Amino acid sequence: MREIALHILDIAENGIAAGADTISILVNEARKDNLLKLEIKDNGRGIPSNIFKNVTDPFSTTRTTRRVGMGLSLLKAAALRCDGSFDIESEPGKGTKVSAGFRFDHIDRAPLGNMADSVMVLIAGHPDIDFIYTHIIDENDFVLDTSEIKKELEDIPITDSSIMLHLSELIKNALKDIELKGKMS
Amino acid sequence: MAKLSIQDLKKIKENAAKGISLRQEQGRIKVTVHMGTCGIAAGAREVMSTLVEEIAQADRQDIQVVASSCMGMCSSEPNVTVQVEAEEPIIYQKMTANKMRQVFKRHILLGEVQTDFALAKM
Ligand code: FES
Repeated sequence: MREIALHILDIAENGIAAGADTISILVNEARKDNLLKLEIKDNGRGIPSNIFKNVTDPFSTTRTTRRVGMGLSLLKAAALRCDGSFDIESEPGKGTKVSAGFRFDHIDRAPLGNMADSVMVLIAGHPDIDFIYTHIIDENDFVLDTSEIKKELEDIPITDSSIMLHLSELIKNALKDIELKGKMS
Repeated sequence: MAKLSIQDLKKIKENAAKGISLRQEQGRIKVTVHMGTCGIAAGAREVMSTLVEEIAQADRQDIQVVASSCMGMCSSEPNVTVQVEAEEPIIYQKMTANKMRQVFKRHILLGEVQTDFALAKM
């Protein structure tokens, strides 16, 4: 994947395919510690234990693991290539949590990329799912929780295209803001 | 924690309010972007965000956008399925932002199926 934001989109789609109704995405740019950490959590079906051990094996052959396994193994490989870490915890019936870490300044690390569009596309494509997106850059952070936005919108659908574009702008600006705050402090 | 401010939310709401009158028409046209791993790696996100932009620009509330999982056709990703009311769904393959614009303007708005990159009728 050319961007970390695309990995995040892909892993989040896995959670949705597993029947989740809430997806939490955490991007933690601990730049001072030279670390980029991701965590994608869903409350879907979880991964059955017989499939779990092979889940990050790109060559695992059962059809059901392939859908999930390919994206996970791509992320794992990307993280490990960058002196990073990868972990997956899954509990049948409760959900799955995928974590990955990258050395921030590693030459092979893909750019974070367009997080605003990844989040926007997730919301636009799945109106019934709630997303909680937290982005941290050192000591500054930003949270977007679609359940709050939906409450405020009342009966207007969040997926209205003009709302979507607006949200994507908001995220872009919020990320610029927290980046700037860090530089000024 | 920095959150979306009330002001932001109000702005979002105002932005949307103009569309309310047309909402009974919702879902007349359904466009599905297939978001499997290969699709995402091959540019499905750009295809989808372009679609949202086009819909906003055309100011249409009757077009429903859906993300679905993969169709098992890695080599032709990104795939987009367009379904206009009772007509047969058309699957487009190897989509890009530009092809999406073309499909939007010609097929979705004018009803002309873009056979050049249509994969199949379902
Ligand atoms: S992941 Fe669905 S076609 Fe490849």
